[in-house]
Amino acid sequence: MIPSRNVEVDNMIMNIQNYVRPQSLEEAYTLNQNRRSRIIGGMLWLKMGRGTVSTAIDLCDLGLDTIEETQDQFSIGAMVTLRQLELHKGLNDYTQGAMAQSVQDIVGVQFRNLATLGGSLWGRFGFSDVLTMFLAMDTWVELYKGGILPLERFASMKHDRDILVRVIVKKAPGRFVYRAMRNQRTDFPVLTCALSRLEGEYRAVLGARPGRAMVIRDSGGLLSEGITGESAAAFAAFAAETVPTGGNLRGSAAYRTHLIRVLTQRSLLELGGME
Amino acid sequence: MMEIKLKLNGRNVSSHIDPGLLLIDFLRDQGCFSVKRGCETSNCGLCTVLLDGKPVLSCSVLAARAAGHHVQTLEGLQEEAAEFVGFIADQGADQCGFCNPGFVMNTIALLRENPDPTDDEIRAFLAGNLCRCSGYDGQLRGIRNYLNSRK
Repeated sequence: MIPSRNVEVDNMIMNIQNYVRPQSLEEAYTLNQNRRSRIIGGMLWLKMGRGTVSTAIDLCDLGLDTIEETQDQFSIGAMVTLRQLELHKGLNDYTQGAMAQSVQDIVGVQFRNLATLGGSLWGRFGFSDVLTMFLAMDTWVELYKGGILPLERFASMKHDRDILVRVIVKKAPGRFVYRAMRNQRTDFPVLTCALSRLEGEYRAVLGARPGRAMVIRDSGGLLSEGITGESAAAFAAFAAETVPTGGNLRGSAAYRTHLIRVLTQRSLLELGGME
Repeated sequence: MMEIKLKLNGRNVSSHIDPGLLLIDFLRDQGCFSVKRGCETSNCGLCTVLLDGKPVLSCSVLAARAAGHHVQTLEGLQEEAAEFVGFIADQGADQCGFCNPGFVMNTIALLRENPDPTDDEIRAFLAGNLCRCSGYDGQLRGIRNYLNSRK
């Protein structure tokens, strides 16, 4: 019998009373209706919490750890790890390497072998590089009871007791760039920035504001004539004026607003082949 | 309590555990003291073990999640580690030694995945292993000297 850990360690993490590996999504959903149950993906954020979890629901037996690619889309299971995203040739070919760029500075390989796409998106974390990147693509989420809906809508929804099953990325013709500012390599980002041109529409996604990522579109037609030095600067200024920022221990609101302008401009120039 | 069965360093192990027991505590209770507790925030890499051959943070994995899988610690990889640890020690990269098992485990994982990495690839793969003593150049030089010795 393995004894419990010492009291100091016990007080630092959550207390799990039961562990279950459901053999069906229905079983997982039923268990998750108890407010004290938790779905565990990589468990990395959950581990930082305190209190009691009545049942830890582990989805590892449900076959949700694969990436399926067709001519039209990627279907990515919720238990796919960030490392799998980083190394997937198809995703990186489609995004010109932006997918790997978006996750490669998240702590380390060991961390990314545990952290899951489902956990990253379900959390709708402000600091999430993953949410920022996926909002730059034509991304949909499949919820067990809620059906399929755009990630942008899901990102604005409140948390509930549904289960995120998979993520669908439609292969709309596009180009993508990802940048983030970190105070040091493996830390949380100070600001995340993804730029895309999807079927002619430009989309800037700014996250870690420190709020969750938000999508900015070129509603004023600043990029209607394409990307030039002037239009990139104008759109970057528009993004900086439009996106609310705040301060925390990693940076001030003013610094983040400055970063929005700089990263958006640099990313646009890269998208346009000028950097 | 629940029963788990897994393979540890090639040996079948079964045990009754608390559902919330972390893999790091399970492994240390099995005598695998190379697995160190460092940061408690999934950041430092000291607790790195291989789970079905992939490097993971044992402080962030439930022992129950590892049931049915193969866990390897430094205790079970002595021969593979011995190939290159001397090169790292020669560079003075072992000071307090506390980060060393995690570094070695992740280096084993790196070299299995990429037998001939560039310096940038080494830095990127080992970015999740923190060291408070050395400044990291010693580990890089040691691994580079080992790789060069094989050519």
